[in-house]
Amino acid sequence: MKMAFGEALIYSLLGMLVVFFALILLMICIKILVAVTDRKKKEEPVAAAAEPAAAEPVLATGTAGDIKLYNTDPRDAAMVMAIVADTLGKPLNELRFISIKEVEE
Amino acid sequence: MENILQILGRVWETSGFALMLDDWRQLVMIIVACFLLYLGLVKKFEPLLLIGIAFGMLLTNLPGAGMYTPELWDLYIANGTEVAALSPELQAFIAEHGLIFADGVVNLTFTELIHAGGLLDILYIGVKIGLYPSLIFMGVGAMTDFGPLIANPKSLLLGAAAQLGIFGAFFAATFFFPANVAASIGIIGGADGPTAIWLTSKLAPEYLAPIAIAAYSYMALIPLIQPPVMKLLTTKEMRETKMEQLRPVSKTQKILFPIIVTIFVCLLLPSVAPLLGCLMLGNLFKESGLTDRLSDTAQNALMNIVTIFLATSVGATARYDRFLNLQTILIVVLGLAAFEIATIGGLLFGRIMYRVTGGKINPLIGSAGVSAVPMAARVSQKVGQEANPSNFLLMHAMGPNVAGVIGSAVAAGFLLALFGQ
Repeated sequence: MKMAFGEALIYSLLGMLVVFFALILLMICIKILVAVTDRKKKEEPVAAAAEPAAAEPVLATGTAGDIKLYNTDPRDAAMVMAIVADTLGKPLNELRFISIKEVEE
Repeated sequence: MENILQILGRVWETSGFALMLDDWRQLVMIIVACFLLYLGLVKKFEPLLLIGIAFGMLLTNLPGAGMYTPELWDLYIANGTEVAALSPELQAFIAEHGLIFADGVVNLTFTELIHAGGLLDILYIGVKIGLYPSLIFMGVGAMTDFGPLIANPKSLLLGAAAQLGIFGAFFAATFFFPANVAASIGIIGGADGPTAIWLTSKLAPEYLAPIAIAAYSYMALIPLIQPPVMKLLTTKEMRETKMEQLRPVSKTQKILFPIIVTIFVCLLLPSVAPLLGCLMLGNLFKESGLTDRLSDTAQNALMNIVTIFLATSVGATARYDRFLNLQTILIVVLGLAAFEIATIGGLLFGRIMYRVTGGKINPLIGSAGVSAVPMAARVSQKVGQEANPSNFLLMHAMGPNVAGVIGSAVAAGFLLALFGQ
């Protein structure tokens, strides 16, 4: 059965209202979610920041003794140094590495 | 010799060529199916769906093939009705197929339907019970990044505004159709194929083919439909607006988002739970990082299988005696109006946000609120870049774009709650 003009208009407006209402409430939910998770994230680095100060860099064995490795395995460090030497075309003993640090995303 | 002629005569009588002479509309539908195949294969209009839909349409209009039997579905809908109260055509169908109903009341089960129907009738069960659209939504969820929406929650407003297309077309359609059909026509404005099929299969299954074809055809034509309206409703200065980079979204936020949306929206509109629940489940598979195999299955193998079933069975509903009429043309026209109204709604709200934020939001991203992921967002990017080559709106437009998917699902839930039986 076809609807009356006024009834159809009311249903249409009501539909738009319901969609806006639902999505505005969803927007508020997302804002709360973002606020809560971001606050937690900010608190975490404060606690984590204290730890690295205590961690001393590891000195790689078999080198001149002054290369410092931060969160890097000596085998990986050796590989990195070999790649750099090969890329530069210079023997390893002519290069001096100060430190190698793993970059975390 | 006489026997041979009799045999040949019988072969001719039972052939589709002879049966086609009974009604010329079958030939017209075969031509229409071939034209849609041309659009899909040559013009590449949504080929993943249009080819399946067109082929389903071709199969169902081959006389004598019996691939799809709409009369069976009419009987299924008429379950509980007395046989004597059915139309003469349906009564003749019951007699012809030897269907017997106890107490003279129609009571057709899926088992009987499978026995009496053709291959496409069996596939159509998944449409009828709303299985395919929900599974497609699961795949869509597994492929969608809600990050831009979480980064800029205001996008949801643009997604909501673009639903004006649904309710505008619904309002216009009520002048010509009953409310349940008008609601199904309106949902074309959601520019979301699975939602359109899901709602229509529940409210007006007899109009499924024209509505699905209109929805998918216009989605494919979005790069042609939207830009003129976008340019008409925005100034060059507005289109040139560059937007600030979106803030990064954490993994925790992306994981919590589908859970919160499911709980919240499904509590508000329980009728939308099958669609939105599956959309968010697929997204959770993707974002959790623990279910890569399931995410991969949802967005590839499962999605592909369901797409084949969905497209061919929806196409099959376009049988000549039900498709070739003025109502189909009216649906196609109203569908186009729905898309344009949706674009206008998103753009006008985009303009409001442009003013309110002091020119920080480019109103072009409003047109992406019509869903049609990611095509509509790409169109926003393209039109924005035409105005200002250094403009990159794609990620900003993805926010309203995915908000439109949620918005159209909410609108579908609302219409189902109103007009569903």
